Amino acid sequence: MKEKIRIASGQGFWGDLIEAPYWQVTRGPIDYLVMDYLAEVTMSILQKQKNKNPKFGYARDIPELMKKILPACKKDNIKIITNGGGVNPIACAEEIIAIAKEIGIKGLKVGVVLGDNINDRIDDIISQGCELNNMETGESIVPVKDNLLSANVYFGALPIVDALKKGADIVITGRTTDTGLTLAPMIYEFGWDPKNYDLMAAGTVAGHILECGAQSTGGNFLGDWESIENFAEIGFPIAEAYPSGEVIITKHENTGGRVSFDTVAEQLVYEIGDPKSYITPDCVADFSSIKLEDLGNNRVKVYDVKGQKETDSYKVSCSYSSGYSAIGSLTYSWPKALTKAKRADEILRKRLENLGLQFEEIKTEFIGYNATQGPLSKDLDEDLINEVMLRFAVRSKDKYSVERFGKEIAPLILTGPPSVTGFAGGRPKPSEVVAYWPALIPKKLVEPHVKILELK
Amino acid sequence: MKVKLIDIAHARSGDKGDAGNVGVIAYDEKGFEIIQKYLTTEKVKKHFEGICFGKVERYEMPNIRAINFLLHNTLGGGGTVSLKHDAQGKILASAMLRMELEV
Repeated sequence: MKEKIRIASGQGFWGDLIEAPYWQVTRGPIDYLVMDYLAEVTMSILQKQKNKNPKFGYARDIPELMKKILPACKKDNIKIITNGGGVNPIACAEEIIAIAKEIGIKGLKVGVVLGDNINDRIDDIISQGCELNNMETGESIVPVKDNLLSANVYFGALPIVDALKKGADIVITGRTTDTGLTLAPMIYEFGWDPKNYDLMAAGTVAGHILECGAQSTGGNFLGDWESIENFAEIGFPIAEAYPSGEVIITKHENTGGRVSFDTVAEQLVYEIGDPKSYITPDCVADFSSIKLEDLGNNRVKVYDVKGQKETDSYKVSCSYSSGYSAIGSLTYSWPKALTKAKRADEILRKRLENLGLQFEEIKTEFIGYNATQGPLSKDLDEDLINEVMLRFAVRSKDKYSVERFGKEIAPLILTGPPSVTGFAGGRPKPSEVVAYWPALIPKKLVEPHVKILELK
Repeated sequence: MKVKLIDIAHARSGDKGDAGNVGVIAYDEKGFEIIQKYLTTEKVKKHFEGICFGKVERYEMPNIRAINFLLHNTLGGGGTVSLKHDAQGKILASAMLRMELEV
C-alpha cells in the first residue's frame, strides 16, 4: 500500500482552463488526474450530438487532451478518471484506445462505468413505483416526461473502484458525482471499507475541495485576492491523501495561485446547503466537522472529518426542453446614459407588445448601473455614469416570438435614443432552454457495471 | 458601533436550484463571534430585500469560522431557465459583504 497518493484536479467543469490538466501532469509528481466535464445540463447537449452521430456524445476535448498527456501518464504511471464519457462513455473509451494505438502506446486498459443512463427506462421506472417527482418542488414529472432530453443517475465512487480493481489505467464514466472521482482512488489504494463513513466523508470532502479546480487555489477568491501571483498559470489543486483519511491540499510549486486556510475555506462553503448533511451516493458528510490547518507553503491539512451512512437513493439529473430564450444588448453613453437606456427599454417593450408577441418572461437589466447587486447598488448621480449596457432577455414557449424579438434590437440604433453603440454579432438568435429536473431513485432500481477495453 | 462585514469576513456564493447559497467566513475568532451574534437570518433577509423572494436558512460552521446562508427564490428560476445576468448567483457573496452590523 502506498504511504500517500496525490490526486490532481484537471478540470472543474466543462469549459474550464484547457491547459490545466497538462500542467498537472508535467509540473510535478501526481498519481491520479481527475476531471469533471459535466455541468447540470451538459448531458442534453451531448445527447443532441449523439443523435446526430452515434459515435459522439462524450466531451470532445478529451481525445485532444489524451494525445497530449498519455505518453507522460504512461511513463509516470498516472491514472486518469473522468466523467467526460457523457452519454457515450464506450465511444469515448474506443477513441482513447485508437489514439493510444496511433501514438505507439502499448498496454493500456480503459474501464468504462455504465448504467447511469436511464433515459430509455423512464416509463418502466415509474411503473415500478418510483415517480421521479422534482425533488426541489415536488412536482410530478408527467407534464415534462415527453420533453425529456436526458436522464442520468449520479453514481459515486464504488463503480470507479471496481474499474480500478479490474486494472483500468483510465476510467471513463457517464454521470458520477465529482466527489466520487476523488474518493475512488483513496478507497482503491488504501483498501478503505465503504462502511467506514468517516473515511468516506474524508475522501468526499477532498473531492469537494478539488471539484471546482482553481476555485480552491486562489481563483474567484474574495479574501486577499489582489496579492495572489501568477493567475496566468494558476495551479489547480492536488489532494495529497493518507490512509488515515488526512488529506493535505496543495498545488505544484512552479504554478501560480495560493493554497491557504482562506482559499480552501471558501471552496468548502461553495454550493452547500445544510453543512451537516452533505449527501452523496457514498456517505452523508458533515461539513461542520472538518478541521483545517494551514501548514504554510501552500499546504493545508484537512482532517477529523465525520460522516454517516449513505441514503437509499441515488440522485437523478434529467433535462428537458422548455422553450426558447434570447438576449440582446446595446450600450448607451453619457450624457444621461441611464435615461437613454431606460427609454430604449420602454420603446422595445412597446414594440414587442404592438407585435402581439407572446413571452413567458421579459427581463431588463442595466449593466454598469445595478445589474449584479440590484437594490444594494449605490445610487449614482447620473452625470457620473459614463455608460450603461441595456441587457434585454426574453423567454417563450413560442420560438417565433423569440426569433421576432431578435430583429428588434438593431433598429433601436437608428430609431431610438442617441449615444448608442455595441451592436455587433448580428441578431440574437433563439436558444433552446434546456431545463433541469432533479429527482431521486431507489438504488435497487439501478445497477452500475464496468466494461474493460484493452490495448495490448 | 458600526462594523463593516467586508472588514471582518470574506464570502463565496453559488447556486442550488433557484436558491443562492452564501458562505460568510470570518478572518479570525473575534470576527466569528461578531457574525455568530449579529449576522442573523432576519438581518440577511432584510439586506436582500428585492433580491431574495423566499425564506432564508442559516447554518453555523464554527470549525471554519463560517456561516452558510441559503437564499430561496433568488435566481429567477435558476440554472438555464433564468434570464438574469447573474443566473448562478456568483455576485451574492459580494452583495452580502456590503452589510454593516451594529455591534
